[in-house]
Amino acid sequence: METPTRTIEQRQNVVILFAGDSGDGIQLTGSQFTDTNALFGNDVSTFPNFPAEIRAPQGTLAGVSGYQLHFGSVEVFTAGDQADVLVVMNAAALKANLGKLKKSGIIIANSDGFDARNLRLCGYPEGADPLNDGSLAHYTVHAMDVTKMTRAALEDTSLGMKEKDRCKNMFVLGFVNWMYSRDLANSERFLQQKFAKKPEVLEANRKVLLAGYNYGETSETFTTRFEVKPAPMPKGRYRAISGNQGIALGLVAAAEKAGLDLFYGSYPITPASDILHELAKHKQFGVRTFQAEDEIAAICSAIGASYGGALGVTASSGPGIALKTEALGLAMMLEIPLVVVNVQRGGPSTGLPTKTEQADLWQAIHGRNGEAPIPVIAASTPVDCFEMAFEAAKLAIEHMTPVILLSDGYIANGSEPWRFPQASDLSSIHPPFAPKHADGEIFLPYQRDDRGVRPWAMPGVPGLQHRIGGLEKEDGTGNVSYDPVNHEKMVRLRSDKVARIADTFRPMRLASGPAEGDLLIVGWGSTYGAIHTAAMALQQEGYAVSHVHLRHMFPFNRGLGPLMKKYRHILVPELNSGQLRQLLRAEYLVDAKGCNKVQGMPFMAEEVRAAALQLLNA
Amino acid sequence: MSTTNGTMAEAKPSYASDQEVRWCPGCGDYSILKQVETVLKEQGRPKEEIVFISGIGCSSRFPYYLDTYGMHSIHGRAPAIVSGLRSVRPDLSVWMITGDGDALSIGGNHIIHLLRRNVDVNILLFNNEIYGLTKGQYSPTSPEGAVTRSTPMGSTDHPFNPLALCKGADGTFIARSMDRDPKHMREILVRADAHRGASLIEIYQNCNVFNDGAFEVFTDKKSKAAHTLFVEHGKPLIFDEGRKGIRLDGMTPMVVSLEDGSVSADDLWVHDERDQFKASLLVRLFDDPAKEGALPRPFGVIYVADRPTHEEKMNAQVDAAKKAKGVWSLDAILQGGRTWEIS
Repeated sequence: METPTRTIEQRQNVVILFAGDSGDGIQLTGSQFTDTNALFGNDVSTFPNFPAEIRAPQGTLAGVSGYQLHFGSVEVFTAGDQADVLVVMNAAALKANLGKLKKSGIIIANSDGFDARNLRLCGYPEGADPLNDGSLAHYTVHAMDVTKMTRAALEDTSLGMKEKDRCKNMFVLGFVNWMYSRDLANSERFLQQKFAKKPEVLEANRKVLLAGYNYGETSETFTTRFEVKPAPMPKGRYRAISGNQGIALGLVAAAEKAGLDLFYGSYPITPASDILHELAKHKQFGVRTFQAEDEIAAICSAIGASYGGALGVTASSGPGIALKTEALGLAMMLEIPLVVVNVQRGGPSTGLPTKTEQADLWQAIHGRNGEAPIPVIAASTPVDCFEMAFEAAKLAIEHMTPVILLSDGYIANGSEPWRFPQASDLSSIHPPFAPKHADGEIFLPYQRDDRGVRPWAMPGVPGLQHRIGGLEKEDGTGNVSYDPVNHEKMVRLRSDKVARIADTFRPMRLASGPAEGDLLIVGWGSTYGAIHTAAMALQQEGYAVSHVHLRHMFPFNRGLGPLMKKYRHILVPELNSGQLRQLLRAEYLVDAKGCNKVQGMPFMAEEVRAAALQLLNA
Repeated sequence: MSTTNGTMAEAKPSYASDQEVRWCPGCGDYSILKQVETVLKEQGRPKEEIVFISGIGCSSRFPYYLDTYGMHSIHGRAPAIVSGLRSVRPDLSVWMITGDGDALSIGGNHIIHLLRRNVDVNILLFNNEIYGLTKGQYSPTSPEGAVTRSTPMGSTDHPFNPLALCKGADGTFIARSMDRDPKHMREILVRADAHRGASLIEIYQNCNVFNDGAFEVFTDKKSKAAHTLFVEHGKPLIFDEGRKGIRLDGMTPMVVSLEDGSVSADDLWVHDERDQFKASLLVRLFDDPAKEGALPRPFGVIYVADRPTHEEKMNAQVDAAKKAKGVWSLDAILQGGRTWEIS
């Protein structure tokens, strides 16, 4: 067979969105293609987006699962505003995602998923035929019967029809690999590992993968292939990491650096459960994972473990954090180390379990009875999840306090290449263990050092027996005290201790832009990529715009107030109705403006850019 | 003899803390504190190896009064705190102090899971059938019809049978004692402490302020013999000073007279604390003592089972993983599975 003549077009970066039924293997296809590109040397950023139902009714809009990949020969910071290519396994996937495709973008469609039944299920009017009726004229449409070609490739195998059809996603993966000039070695290696014990299934998947690739190669319909050259990434050894993995590894690393065992108490909840899954794999490090009976038991077990001298950690999402509130107050009152991770999702109440949002900031900072200050920090990217989990543990241990780490569904599930550190690069962590006491010497469990931190005395150490609890305690001795003046003193001491954590923060650094100017964009958490992309674009357009991204939400970095004074306008983009903005206004009396989105979806860089332009041109 | 014993006891260090005990005068809690202190002293385990964890309520002030490690935590959550502590510290002696409201109402979910997991802890459940610290509302063990501040027309709630709940949750050590029988309580405390796993002792404790006399029928000299059944492993179920016994008629316990000679001790139900089916019947001896023909209330160790503790199994997995995965390093885990070089 003669191979048709082809041109290969270079692309700086590509956004490809895979979509199909939640049983179509979309997440696998997407993550495999991501892996291949990362390995090739591209920078990548991903956004898996799936329904809350495990297997929503087939063919319906509710059941559409998506995986968006942005890869480039340049650094990429988000999963991309709009897709260049939309791969759809059925009509519902097209209908749900067409709005995310660039005008003149490419659609690769499994035509078998566009029969009358599929069209009806997702609400196309009677007689509609989007692949052929000209309604997609603005796009380049490649329709192919993936189902038929998959079955044909597996004609000789003894697999049942259902098992054959399960290989469909490999056809798509093979084709996409061809389209972007990638070889199949990485995907084949993956299949070999996954199906090592099922040789027949392995062979079937390989055949279909190859069939998809060859289809691109031989079919004369495709006149253009694309190529995305490696990105100029910093030299070094890389691996892929998702935010939840990053948190798990950051905690393991911190416990190791502190010389403590890690105890993780948690109750399954989307989107935090993967932290539990990851940690449960690392028992060889002395990690103890405890799937508690509920969210309250999860945090209380972690408090018990910390009391026993381990690093106690719990994680959840908004509704679970709400249940942990009382115990958070206890941990704060006891003044023992505890890390509480909130992988935020759309709220309120049960809200949007699989979608992302940043609306639990106030909950983290204020959500307790009484005056109960707890440090709150936030991670901005999957890689940053590692660093911030490490930081949360370090602060908790060294300052004897619970620490809340905010992540969210977008970075929890998204992944990116990580130039992982060596263990020796990580900073050391020093638990403030109480020194041994001489016989007869009175031990004061709440006697503070010059940072306001009390000593960590754990059961088993002779001479340090003491009683702690949630009742107000006398300064020094920790004995129960109802003395009015002592209470006020204790409230201040606890508050000062947390405020002084800011002494340890590194100086405020801009993410980009001039040291003074017309506009400072203040961001936090997972919006980093979108804001960074927008800020760079504005700077290139000649605007005096800077971007600062907060890691410490409470207490704030001391440099933040002076920094904000150096700009005419302050813009605070958030995936909520303005929670950080209000905190900044209250704390610094600045006229901060908001750019707010509460749709369960991350920002598009363009949305941030538009909000900035509106302020700049006002 | 008594002088000698007294002197020896004096020589041992006190386990009491320097804090003033603040329960109401006459409260049954004093007796329990005294018996626990006595048992700790007799056993002589170093104070620093002992931890008392409590929830909220009158009884939960307990840890403050002992010179051991202690945590007065939040309402109902002591079992969860114990579970975490135990997971990382299997070396300690851990005691949990709780009440009927703390353990069975707000903490009901936690205690059943603590029991099924068999976390190694001695649970002292002070049951006074009332909320004392909030001044007299009915509790989940108050009898139906109980008139309290929150139930002026009588409680409409059916109460828990704590030991039946414990049996239902597969507790591995189930016992009952009372504040007014110090010797019995000490015996049971020693047994509970020796048991590996979750040992639950329900202790009938009189709240002389809000529910005085709730257990008088079991504790008062005049009525105690007829209404209590002190069980001992391997011995027939005899009560009322040898006048009565309990015979099993199929699955039905029957009170029989031992006085007329028609029934002998050999015909009676012999207590086997390892028999889980009989234990299920025994915990159901829960009649209202005022009822005509009521079965007596059992006290003592009702059931014991050997089952590995939660922390043993958890730590065995940690050890197995360490063995299977060989020498590990933080660098290896940071690197993970697949990596690639960019040069």
